[in-house]
Amino acid sequence: MLRKGAIIVVALVGLWQFIVWATQSPPYILPAPYAVAIAFFIHFEQIMFHASVTVLEILLGMLIGCGFGMFSAWTILQYQHLRSWVLPVLVASQALPVFAIAPVLMLWLGYGMASKVAMATLIIYFPVTATLYDGLRNTNSEWLDMAKIMGATKHTTMKYIRLPAALPSLGSGLRIAAAVAPIGAVVGEWVGSSTGLGYLMLHANARTQVDLMFAALVALASFAIFLYFCIDLLMKRVVFWQSENLVKGV
Amino acid sequence: MISVSVRMSLAFGNDQIFENFQLQLEPGRMICLLGRSGSGKSTLLRFIAGLISDQFGSGEVIADDNQPLEGRIAWMSQQDLLLPWLTVQDNVMVGSLLRNSSSDELKSKALQLLEEVELHDVETRYPFELSGGMRQRVALARTLIEERPVNLLDEPFSGLDASTRFQLQALTCRLLANRTTLLVTHDPLEAIRMADRIYVLSGRPAFLAEPVDPPGLPPRHPGDQYASAIYAQLMNQLNHPEFADHVA
Repeated sequence: MLRKGAIIVVALVGLWQFIVWATQSPPYILPAPYAVAIAFFIHFEQIMFHASVTVLEILLGMLIGCGFGMFSAWTILQYQHLRSWVLPVLVASQALPVFAIAPVLMLWLGYGMASKVAMATLIIYFPVTATLYDGLRNTNSEWLDMAKIMGATKHTTMKYIRLPAALPSLGSGLRIAAAVAPIGAVVGEWVGSSTGLGYLMLHANARTQVDLMFAALVALASFAIFLYFCIDLLMKRVVFWQSENLVKGV
Repeated sequence: MISVSVRMSLAFGNDQIFENFQLQLEPGRMICLLGRSGSGKSTLLRFIAGLISDQFGSGEVIADDNQPLEGRIAWMSQQDLLLPWLTVQDNVMVGSLLRNSSSDELKSKALQLLEEVELHDVETRYPFELSGGMRQRVALARTLIEERPVNLLDEPFSGLDASTRFQLQALTCRLLANRTTLLVTHDPLEAIRMADRIYVLSGRPAFLAEPVDPPGLPPRHPGDQYASAIYAQLMNQLNHPEFADHVA
């Protein structure tokens, strides 16, 4: 896995370098990888400071978005009559592009961290709700029949059957959430902020420090990938019994 | 030991599967319903277990003690239905987990039953670590631990290889002896091997042919001298239901 990752990174950097060489792009359009690396080390403290803000926004957004998403999925399943009321709201929350809501959130929640966390939360909420709800709803009907014959309660059926059976589906939702959460946070920072990697990128762009902008982008992408693989690893551990996770045994 | 009488009518759309159908499960005996795929035998089993919505059918399932059957049935199906996230021991006692009535006594009983179904040192393993035959043994232990007076078995061994099936049939006969049991199968040899009484189910609406009572006690050996004669009789009822004498 690590070896494959290293090969992909080297290949991408090689491709990047090749494009720079082939197109003879000036550094203010497309800086070479080594120029970005130098910028990264020169501005290391600055990048880390802004990265810590963005990371916190993303993690808080993940926490709140996943929490709300799971609660919504559970509620819709428990109270089926709510479904026809809640689902249109859920879909509408996704139909509105996050870019369009950003200025409104900025207006309501201010230029601080709250509006960025809200953006990340909004963008995560739907995939988590939809995947967990689908997972909870599509439990193998024979397991549910068995539980009914055995005299299970609604609560124990949820605890021992529906919820564990829905975990692979929830895992898909969490992986999507990890991939899109940085989008929400960075878009929020673009619309209005004084900290964060999104702010740093805009700021560097305005001062034609394109190498710094790319360095910030690399930091953002690195964290997004790290977050994704953490979630992926966690879910593989939790859903250890799923056939695709059994290749190397438990 | 209780006996159960079933009387029912059931239709899916225009397909009238049962009409004024009757079946008697005798106390402590293993009754076998033999039928082709699609004959309605699994539907009948599901009706007895209370798994079919009232909108599809009507009728009654009455125990001779006049108590409702709900909570007095154990179920074993073709799929082992083991929960892959629970250990073997927890799978055996999943009924008590689902009823919030787990206890140390039950835990040791689960271990004892695993020994009885000839599984050793597997209690901490997970279902994906077991073979198909081992998984079905766990399912049998899960059925037995419930200690229900009525056991419904829906083609429990049809997914297994011939040798494993042979062993499990004998084990099931031994462990479910003297319990009121309804076994559904499409395999005449399985019926001869395991049942005290065999009914062939066929037709639309479905009816039962005259029952066949194989001599001797189960588990019988398919090589027994009478087995081939009963096999021929059952095959004849399966292939030519129009000539069979009806009982329901």
